Amino acid sequence: MPPSRYRENEESKAVWVYLEQEEGTLENVSLEVLSKGRELADVMKWKLVGLLPGSGVHALAKEAITRGADEIWVMDHPLLTTFTIEGHGAVVYDAVMLGKPSIFLLGATHNGRDLAGRLAVRFRTGLNADCTNLHMDEKDALLVSEVSGFGGGVVAMIEMQNHRPQMATVRPGVFALSEPDSARRGKVIDVPVNLKPEQIKTRILERVRSGVVDLTRVPVLVVGGRGVNGDFETLKKLAEILGGDVGATRPPVDAGFIERERQIGQTGVVSSPKMALCCGLSGAFHLLVGIDKADVVVSINSDPEAPIFEFSDYYIVGDVSQYLPVLIQTLESQQEISHA
Amino acid sequence: MPEFHMVVCVKVVPRSDEIRVDRETRLLDRRHARLELNPPDMSALEMALNTRDRYGGKLDILSMGPLSFEPLLRVGLAMGCDHIVLLSDRAFGGADTLATTYTLAKGIEKMGGADLIFCGEESADGATGQVPAGLAEWLNVSQLTLLTELSLDLDKQTATGRRSLKGGYEILETPLPCVVSVKNASQEPRFINFSRKAWAYETERVTVWNAVDLNADPESIGLTGSPTTVSELARVPVRERKRIKLEGEAMAKAEQLAVIIRDSL
Repeated sequence: MPPSRYRENEESKAVWVYLEQEEGTLENVSLEVLSKGRELADVMKWKLVGLLPGSGVHALAKEAITRGADEIWVMDHPLLTTFTIEGHGAVVYDAVMLGKPSIFLLGATHNGRDLAGRLAVRFRTGLNADCTNLHMDEKDALLVSEVSGFGGGVVAMIEMQNHRPQMATVRPGVFALSEPDSARRGKVIDVPVNLKPEQIKTRILERVRSGVVDLTRVPVLVVGGRGVNGDFETLKKLAEILGGDVGATRPPVDAGFIERERQIGQTGVVSSPKMALCCGLSGAFHLLVGIDKADVVVSINSDPEAPIFEFSDYYIVGDVSQYLPVLIQTLESQQEISHA
Repeated sequence: MPEFHMVVCVKVVPRSDEIRVDRETRLLDRRHARLELNPPDMSALEMALNTRDRYGGKLDILSMGPLSFEPLLRVGLAMGCDHIVLLSDRAFGGADTLATTYTLAKGIEKMGGADLIFCGEESADGATGQVPAGLAEWLNVSQLTLLTELSLDLDKQTATGRRSLKGGYEILETPLPCVVSVKNASQEPRFINFSRKAWAYETERVTVWNAVDLNADPESIGLTGSPTTVSELARVPVRERKRIKLEGEAMAKAEQLAVIIRDSL
């Protein structure tokens, strides 16, 4: 097959991570990937580099160093204030071709996916999207990306022998966030940016962000499936009492009962709650990926054969519409007692 | 000026609810699963048809896969598309994202290029969502991803789309030609047009191209053109759970559950 853009044996032994920021705040997923990148780099005794394009983002470089980076390459330019595929694509491409890292990782956000998909083709390299884990094959110094298969409890380990950089994206919530170490020292390198306004073909006419739903770190996640018959109001009430939030499996999302950003699982959110409360869902594998990090899993389903029971700590065989009102009532009366 | 040309890329996948998982081996059993058009592609099809209805032009379907996929693609003709191009060759098999996007790009090139290319957000069986951006890069055109709305200005030759963001949206304008990915479940697919249905299943408006037809570099397609390799398959390590069934009357079970919830938090 045709070679990638790196010449043979040209790669530098380093792990690079794309650091995405929005209005002066680093995306959590970038820090999660950085935390994992630190592990990979330590195994190989390689350098961990963060790539930070934006405008006025120097303060974020220091934050990324406390999370494990040895070096931050800052590309600061007014044309990089908001993400455009042309602007960010060009500067990230140039930086990677300058540093030639062996490994290049990105968070699978909307922008991260746009960038990864486009740049992988520009580098003529492979890309493993939405990895569920990453580790190093130490002997051959190769990245091994774990990618889960469609629907089943099977993962494929994917490697790339000859093409560089080895690219992978990871969804928010998949990797744990390391504790910041304020004593950590690292180098901040200013990379000259050569960007002309005419390179940016995409114009942003309007931008609205409000009420970001983040289900990756809620204490209680109440998940509804087909069996709740679109009644997410009851689930919301329950979640509210427990100080949590509501998620859903794919069918209610596709049916329009609830927003897509609340979809839990392999193609949705991976959550790490103290408790996941599964209501009227069968427990298809792609859903389980999203709740596997829960400390406790509880489920209610009317089908005694529902696979979800295999993956629950406690379960009730019964109709959700019957049990939830009783449960809500019981929890509310407990609350009243404790407040009395 | 040549006619405005649009292409919608669709994939045929096994129906997810008919794929069984062997309880012992946890391996996938797709043998009995019927095929369907990838559900997220239905939104792409609808947005493409809607755009054609508003602005005119020609709308073709592009897909890659075995000849057996052809009858499913005819649904698109019945919905209103003009022509099907199916890229079919054993040599295309086993393609990863790089080889897939290369092959699709060669198909579009062979079609004489396109002003606007629609894709679904992701495929139900791969779910990497990386094809639209990769395709745009091969074609060296702009991209608008995760759109819920699209409008065109044919005088200015621009596309304007509403792109989903985490907790919001942005309105983007970019020059044509352009690759668009359509947010899953954002469009309500139309019913097939019954007056077109009989025609759709008989018409010869289906073109099949193989690797030689595309003048594709044999080193860049299929398994050969895919830099990534699967080194091993493994079972997913799923956390062991207690699997305690709550028994008794409904009220008693609900109370037990309330206690468990309180103790866990």
